[in-house]
Amino acid sequence: MILALSGKEVAAQLEQQFPGSIIESSENNLLAKSESLLDIAEYLKSSPELDLDYLNYITAVDYYDYFELIYQLTSLKHNHSLVLKTRCYDRENPMVPSIVRLYQGADFQEREIYDLMGISFDGHPNLKRIFLWEGFHGHPLRKDYL
Amino acid sequence: MEVAEPAGIYVYSDTELDRAEGEAIESLKAHCQQPIPDPDEWLEEEVRRNILLTSIDFMLNWARRSSLWPAICFPACCAFELIAANASRFDLSRFGMEILRASPRQADLMITAGTLTWKMAPQVKRIYDQMAEPKWVIAMGACGISGGIFRSSYNVVPGYNRIVPVDVYVPGCPPRPEALIYGIRMLHHKISKGRAIEG
Amino acid sequence: MAIKTEPFVLNIGPVHPSTHGVFRMRATLDGEVIIDMEPIFGYLHRGIEKLAEERTYTGVIPLTDRLDYIASMSNNLTYVLAVEKLVGIPVPERAEYLRVIMAELQRIAAYLIAVGAFLNECGAFFTPFLYMFREREKIIDLFEMVSGQRLLYNYMRVGGVSQDIPEEFLPALDKFVREMPGFIDEYDRLLAENEILLARAKGVGILTKEMAVNCSVSGPVLRASGVKWDIRKADPYSIYDRFEFEIPTGEVGDCYDRYRVRIEEMRQSLHIIEQAMEQIPSGAVKSEVPHLIRPPAGEAYTHIETPKGELGFYLVSDNSIAPYRCHIRAPSLMNLTALREMVIGWKIQDAIIIFGSIDITVGEVDR
Repeated sequence: MILALSGKEVAAQLEQQFPGSIIESSENNLLAKSESLLDIAEYLKSSPELDLDYLNYITAVDYYDYFELIYQLTSLKHNHSLVLKTRCYDRENPMVPSIVRLYQGADFQEREIYDLMGISFDGHPNLKRIFLWEGFHGHPLRKDYL
Repeated sequence: MEVAEPAGIYVYSDTELDRAEGEAIESLKAHCQQPIPDPDEWLEEEVRRNILLTSIDFMLNWARRSSLWPAICFPACCAFELIAANASRFDLSRFGMEILRASPRQADLMITAGTLTWKMAPQVKRIYDQMAEPKWVIAMGACGISGGIFRSSYNVVPGYNRIVPVDVYVPGCPPRPEALIYGIRMLHHKISKGRAIEG
Repeated sequence: MAIKTEPFVLNIGPVHPSTHGVFRMRATLDGEVIIDMEPIFGYLHRGIEKLAEERTYTGVIPLTDRLDYIASMSNNLTYVLAVEKLVGIPVPERAEYLRVIMAELQRIAAYLIAVGAFLNECGAFFTPFLYMFREREKIIDLFEMVSGQRLLYNYMRVGGVSQDIPEEFLPALDKFVREMPGFIDEYDRLLAENEILLARAKGVGILTKEMAVNCSVSGPVLRASGVKWDIRKADPYSIYDRFEFEIPTGEVGDCYDRYRVRIEEMRQSLHIIEQAMEQIPSGAVKSEVPHLIRPPAGEAYTHIETPKGELGFYLVSDNSIAPYRCHIRAPSLMNLTALREMVIGWKIQDAIIIFGSIDITVGEVDR
């Protein structure tokens, strides 16, 4: 069975490394500040006992006040996984750092989130619309799209 | 810890071409808000009584309907029922149709097997325009007739008859290969009643 | 005297006889060698995630059929497992066994198309494809006995399956399971040592282990690169922990290894079906579930091993009758991230074969 890592334990480790970056943590997931997302991901990937080298998915949900981005990382060697979340409160021009440098599998998924939700990723080399055409107005998966 | 080379640096990634494609799609979407009327004059009673087929018409119509070559236009799930119709169990080769021509210039039938989206619509129109006369279209499946289960989506064209004139509609989701063969036989009836030489 | 050359951009697709659907590649060529490739998709983007937000939980099941349309039992199973995790409904034993039998039969049917299409692109125009279709028609007959449909079954329900199997199903399945290994051996004998296949596929499009893991690749492509990761063993869902089977892996990660992994997995699937047929109990096939399911507020993610890779559903519910957000983790889209790495340095003909060996379905890429 894949062991789901406890958010609280990993949060304790991360607070030592990057103080002030974790907003809250629970048994199932971990909520981090969006500015420190790249540092946290780098630490999670390179630390030997966590070794989270496989990105399962990135997805975004539109709760009317904020956007929530969910990342799931798995370690193939140790067989455990962790869910990492971050929030973005800006509706006009949401911006989150991109983790394409670390996990190349994030390439198309971040473009998809940009296309359908409108969240931009800072540091992505080729941020264009992927499913819809250039010149399409709006972002369809938002809750206020007509 | 980074991967050896920077990820995703594209040598050539042309946004100009993408923008031109986007404008073509938007203009097609604006122009195609009404369905094209079906070419169904052959069904009317008076027309049927007034057509006298000469033996040349008869021969040409027989030749045309016995070797319809489909063009490749396989967006989605119905494609697999089309391929199954082509396979050994429901053999389309007995109608002369086993060759799926990749080049539309050599084809005369377009079987639209799948959902049409606005992004794909200019390409389908281009394939249809490139086919030489005489040409026919079979709209296969619920998505081809009216958009099907996806009709209320933001990217789906509600039926192929917004983009190309359709001769035969085959319902089903996906239609069984037997249903597709029945639709092809209806098209054969239509072709056999047409005038091959004008005037 | 030096000749001045410049790179040339070639557009392959979206309507092309060798692509697995409407998929477009913009390749930059230097002579005949590809130096860069940009995949463009979205030509079948039907907005399934948005449509799922306006249907009830049971009404989303036909939509999930149309994601990966050649393996629709697996898609149904993933979605139904996600809803059951959200609500917490137990599933009767007989339904679990039926689900496993259907999923493994579907795996064989989908691998037959994958191998057939790959060989189609290698140059054996339609002959192996038609042979594989002959077997696939037998599997489709079995599915038609059970659900009434040939391609998009809509068979799984939240809490079980929609109806029980008729009496003639198990004898027909027994006959199929006894005949099929002979057919797989026939294909292997014809193809495994074939010179043309070896020349075109061995050593072509190598995907290293580190690159595969970094690109979030899953399924047969990951296993062919040497990573022994199968969700049926690593994170068993349903009742897969009761069956014994092996996970074939490749060594090099080229197109030939992917072909071999698929052939071996077909044999393992037949083994699982035999074990399931011996152990299947009698009983109910669906637990008591209201028609309009109203899960408590929360979120759930489940993933299973489909013929394409790891398919996952992320469901968020806000205690209403329709999902608040339904995200689909599509294996074909993830596997495509590795395409650019694999194709650079090869020619266009090899690019078509490499693309065919990843085996995508555009309905899943574009959703």
